[in-house]
Amino acid sequence: MNRRALTAAGIAALAIVAGWLLFVALPRWYRPKPQAPAAAAGQPSRVDAAQPPAARKITATLYYLSDDGMSLVGAQREVPYAADVAEQARAIVEAQLAAAPPLVSVIPGGTKLRQVFVTERGDAFVDLSADVTANHPGGALEETLTVYSIVDALTVNLPAILRVQILVGGKEVDTLAGHVDLRQPLAKSLEWVVHDTH
Amino acid sequence: MRFRFFQAAVVAALSVFVAFPAAQGPTAASYTVVTRTGRQPLAVRVVNGQEMFSLDDLARLFALTVRDDTLAGGITVSANNQTIVMTPQQPLASIGGRMISLPAAPVREGRTWLVPVDFVARALAPVSQQRIELRKPSRLLLVGDVRIPRVAARSEALGAVTRVTVDVAPATPHTVSQEGTRLLLRFDADALDIGDIRITPGDVLQGLHPGDSPSILAFDLGPRFASFRVSDQPPPAPNAGRVVVELLAQTEAAPGGQPNAVPPGQPPPAEPPLLDLPSPGGLRTIVIDPGHGGDDPGAKGANGTLEKNVTLAIARKLKASLESRLGVRVMLTRESDQNISVDQRAALANNNKADIFLSIHASASVRPGTSGAEVFSLIAGDDAARAGQGTSESLPVLGGGNRDIQVIPWETAQARFLDQSASLARTLAAALREHVAMSPRALVQAPLRVLVGANTPAALVETGFLTNPAQEKQLAGDDYQNAIVVALVDGIVRFRAAGAGAAR
Repeated sequence: MNRRALTAAGIAALAIVAGWLLFVALPRWYRPKPQAPAAAAGQPSRVDAAQPPAARKITATLYYLSDDGMSLVGAQREVPYAADVAEQARAIVEAQLAAAPPLVSVIPGGTKLRQVFVTERGDAFVDLSADVTANHPGGALEETLTVYSIVDALTVNLPAILRVQILVGGKEVDTLAGHVDLRQPLAKSLEWVVHDTH
Repeated sequence: MRFRFFQAAVVAALSVFVAFPAAQGPTAASYTVVTRTGRQPLAVRVVNGQEMFSLDDLARLFALTVRDDTLAGGITVSANNQTIVMTPQQPLASIGGRMISLPAAPVREGRTWLVPVDFVARALAPVSQQRIELRKPSRLLLVGDVRIPRVAARSEALGAVTRVTVDVAPATPHTVSQEGTRLLLRFDADALDIGDIRITPGDVLQGLHPGDSPSILAFDLGPRFASFRVSDQPPPAPNAGRVVVELLAQTEAAPGGQPNAVPPGQPPPAEPPLLDLPSPGGLRTIVIDPGHGGDDPGAKGANGTLEKNVTLAIARKLKASLESRLGVRVMLTRESDQNISVDQRAALANNNKADIFLSIHASASVRPGTSGAEVFSLIAGDDAARAGQGTSESLPVLGGGNRDIQVIPWETAQARFLDQSASLARTLAAALREHVAMSPRALVQAPLRVLVGANTPAALVETGFLTNPAQEKQLAGDDYQNAIVVALVDGIVRFRAAGAGAAR
């Protein structure tokens, strides 16, 4: 008698837990978490929680050519929010590739993002279209700034990403235009950045 | 009758042939050609006080093709796809259109030509793929990778100690051992080029002379010799080494010849080098890399100037200037508009044991206002610490014995030279600043691909911005190119003087 009651109570408890898991915990797990976006997407500086999830933005620091052409300058830009590190990385690179007048981009016009992968070790692989090579003006410094605008845009805005390797057309490349060694992922370097404009 | 006349004619003709070389003056002591495979004499003739080699002898030695250009009255010497042109009228030679001076004009002797001894150093060495070194004082002609350091020695008697100072250039590993009544100073070399030996014979040291094998200097010990000690002293010059061997005499107080009866030696005072060392930096080979080329034009100017053409033009001028001013061997990674992979560029420097690798570029920016020259060296990457070491392997060498060979991963060769390369870049940037306008970021460290594999101090020079219309015009013209060349030669001279290239 006693045993039966215990079994019934156990089954009931299991059913409640299963029900909670199915109908409450899992949907919440998979839904973007409005209260903790930093944990999911690295560390976006600001989140506009009032907006509906689809149009939610984060503010990220993107990098553009300084007036003297010698350095990168950081600028705060709105970037679509994404729940997943790779998706957020994709959004940041796409924003970095886009023209942003009056700021001058160091990434050749027409360059498209093909894919972003992020490994568990924090290496991001950014696969760009061949335009980044074909349209690059050349020059060792300019090429260094092109590469580090992408490396720094990811490593500065997403602490989960430690190093970045640029691929072109789905393949590893030696360089973009003959200068910067791209055979290994590169770590963040703020040596190329002078100051933030905003 | 007729037969006799014929005989006489033959005798007369023969005597002319025999007498002809004598008419050219006395023959001087021959040179010795030393290669990895052996030695052979090379005859020298003296004409009008000038020592000359026969072009036929040189052609045999270096696989040259010599042609008489009867129309123009000149001589064409082809070596390694390059052509040296001379005429009997002038003490000059033209190498691929570039003029070099010779101490005398070529002289015809019978069916061959005689050329001044310096022809080998000034004309042949620059076009040769292998090292050719003419040592006039010791009458040696070194070909290829032979190690024959120059050696000079001097002795001083300091009471119970006889100190023998031996200078060797370049610095060479050595060992000292006693064999009976002789002390043998053995160098890790193929032979020794023994120069000035100033020894005062005594009852501890009776003489100093070449040993039984060509890499040994032998000390003949006297009856009072008791023991010896060897120390390496600070080098007398950046590219030389100094060994001090102290021979201790038996003392009266200790008839058994106990070395501990002898007071410890004072550190010898710094003495001037015993050897005449003309180039204290020890630069022998410089590899210049004209950036881009072939299908890769590099940066483009608005008026159509291509980086690959600018870099080749500057590299050619730089090679000519370095050869004539420094007397070093200069090689270009490409001689024409051709495709060269990045790895091939560093490989040329590594395979020829270059002392400097210099990549020449012209820059670009999306901002057309940007202008000025810049110098880059490699930045220390994550892998630098791990890569700095390399491993050592002991391998058997020709002629017996073993030699330690450093095995360096190709990918990380530059890691050992980051400091020297940064110093080279600083020196070049400072020299450039005296001749041309620099960009606001004149000195940069960046992860540049072409520098990674260079197993030698290496830098990359961005000579100016092709995207700046005024600078494009400059870069395409001789004046600016020459200013860059003068500055880079100055910079290399200063780098050499600082001895930074001597650590190799």
